Amino acid sequence: MTAVIRTEKLTRDFGKTRAVDSLDLEVEAGEVFGLLGPNGAGKTTTVGMLTTTVRPTSGTAVVDGHSITKEPGLVRRSVGIVFQELSLDGMLTGRENLELSGQLYGVARAERRRRIAELLELVDLSARADSQVKTYSGGMKRRLELARGLLHRPRVLFMDEPTLGLDPQSREVIWQYIAAMAEAEGTTIVLTTHYMEEAERMCDRIAIIDRGRIIREGTPEALTTALGGDVVRVRAARIDEAALRALPFVSKLQLEPGGATIAMERASVNLPALLAALGPIDAIEVRRPTLNDVFLASTGRHIRDEAATGTWLDDAMRLVVQGDRR
Amino acid sequence: MSELGAVVAVWRREFIVFRREVSRVVSSIVSPLMWLFLFGAGVGGTVEVGGEHYQAFIFPGIVIMATLFTSMFYGVYIIWDRKIDVLKAVLVAPVSRVAIFFGKVLGGCTDALLQAVVLLLVGLFFVSYTPLGLLAAAGIVLLTSIAFVALGLGIGAFFESLEGFQLIGTFVVFPLFFLSGALYRLDQVPGWLRVLSRVDPVTYAVDALRGVLLGLNVFPLSLDVAILAAFAALAVLGGSLSFGRMK
Ligand SMILES: Nc1ncnc2c1ncn2[C@@H]1O[C@H](COP(=O)(O)OP(=O)(O)OP(=O)(O)O)[C@@H](O)[C@H]1O
Ligand SMILES: [Mg+2]
Repeated sequence: MTAVIRTEKLTRDFGKTRAVDSLDLEVEAGEVFGLLGPNGAGKTTTVGMLTTTVRPTSGTAVVDGHSITKEPGLVRRSVGIVFQELSLDGMLTGRENLELSGQLYGVARAERRRRIAELLELVDLSARADSQVKTYSGGMKRRLELARGLLHRPRVLFMDEPTLGLDPQSREVIWQYIAAMAEAEGTTIVLTTHYMEEAERMCDRIAIIDRGRIIREGTPEALTTALGGDVVRVRAARIDEAALRALPFVSKLQLEPGGATIAMERASVNLPALLAALGPIDAIEVRRPTLNDVFLASTGRHIRDEAATGTWLDDAMRLVVQGDRR
Repeated sequence: MSELGAVVAVWRREFIVFRREVSRVVSSIVSPLMWLFLFGAGVGGTVEVGGEHYQAFIFPGIVIMATLFTSMFYGVYIIWDRKIDVLKAVLVAPVSRVAIFFGKVLGGCTDALLQAVVLLLVGLFFVSYTPLGLLAAAGIVLLTSIAFVALGLGIGAFFESLEGFQLIGTFVVFPLFFLSGALYRLDQVPGWLRVLSRVDPVTYAVDALRGVLLGLNVFPLSLDVAILAAFAALAVLGGSLSFGRMK
């Protein structure tokens, strides 16, 4: 396997903010690589530098054999981009958007026609190809952007939050299209996301990034297995920290308002002892670790902080409610 | 080669959008006609200029006015394009900014020229000119339009917020228009106004068109065209530099 992207101490400052901090990473040919991190982690800035729209403050990177700082023109030829914010031309039809992009990337006319028909088919937009894009739904626009990103057969396709703002069903649909595209085209894909389900589902390898730094890197399985054992979340009025830390099978303890998240070995055997040490609790959840737990273990924070999207308290509340129903 | 392809691609995009924005196209033709028929008739009832009926006299000025407004606002419109991220995907393509800039300039000139041709044809009601005159008039309109689309794009590339629209309208477009002598004779105005009008490039566009259509030019035609061409060259240069720096 050869690296298609290799960054060397890639760094970018905005005034006093260090958006990306000495990033060193490698992406192999043909893999789906994920940059997972919370809002403001530096994902978009990283993609911007790798696609030459943002200049690094220091460090550099090689993309498809070309230096992003010395040969930006060649890098642009090698990459496709799906932006975080929609960037389609609403006045044009779907087909015209693709035509324009094909022309700008110098795709010859006959090839362009063939390719556009093929991609419209792939993202299921053939029937609406000749309507103006401003009449498309959010999910349709996203699909058209995916198709546009692939039109000139880039070696690497960057997708910045490809499912941001979509409802769960549309997100599921986009995931299927991305998987289909990765398979059909064999393109290397770098996607950024702050949905851990997305990273887990789509990516061969992940770098978890926070405040511009990589904090963990590996396959989703390796990252979660490395945490060791199971994750237990409890909701309780009071947590006896010392008692928990004294338990030999507890590998990590994270206190939170109104409860705690505990990483432990072999919950199936050790749970009774844990419960005994905990004393009275209001709710409990036992599960395999997720990428969010990996993030939590390294930073003490959750990847997503918005209440509506499932902090552990909401999860716990849900458990309580579900428990009552049962 | 692909640079030329990019120029054509952007131009085509602009033309498709122009065709679809029916309301913009209609209003860009109707408002100069109102100037001509309503304002022209109102003032013209009492005034004759240079032996011509006032409506005929201001006709070239109104054509240039329409060209100026269409061209400048077309250029400044990129503030809005950037706001809604329409340009983003175009700007990351492996083509130079200059190619995109020229595609845009051609797009704006096409709009302005088509509009001017319609106005010129309507103008046959009160001005008579030869086919050659029409050709010369189109040439002057084209030169004017190149200059002001480029200027508009250059200025638009500076502004990040939509307030740019109003600022440019108030402080650039309207003064350029009112100082140009589009509505009055340059040789019969107070001295200060005469001086100001001489530094306004639009003056020479109006004068040239008035010369071609009515034979009422104040300056020699060759001087008008030379100044206009020099201004256009400067605007294209400055505009493309500013567009190249745009974030
Ligand atoms: N153009 C800019 N000017 C100033 N600061 C910026 C700029 N772009 C990004 N930043 C800052 O850099 C940091 C990283 O931003 P970036 O957009 O890369 O994060 P992100 O991981 O993509 O976040 P999100 O999930 O919200 O898209 C943030 O603190 C942001 O405020
Ligand atoms: Mg982002």
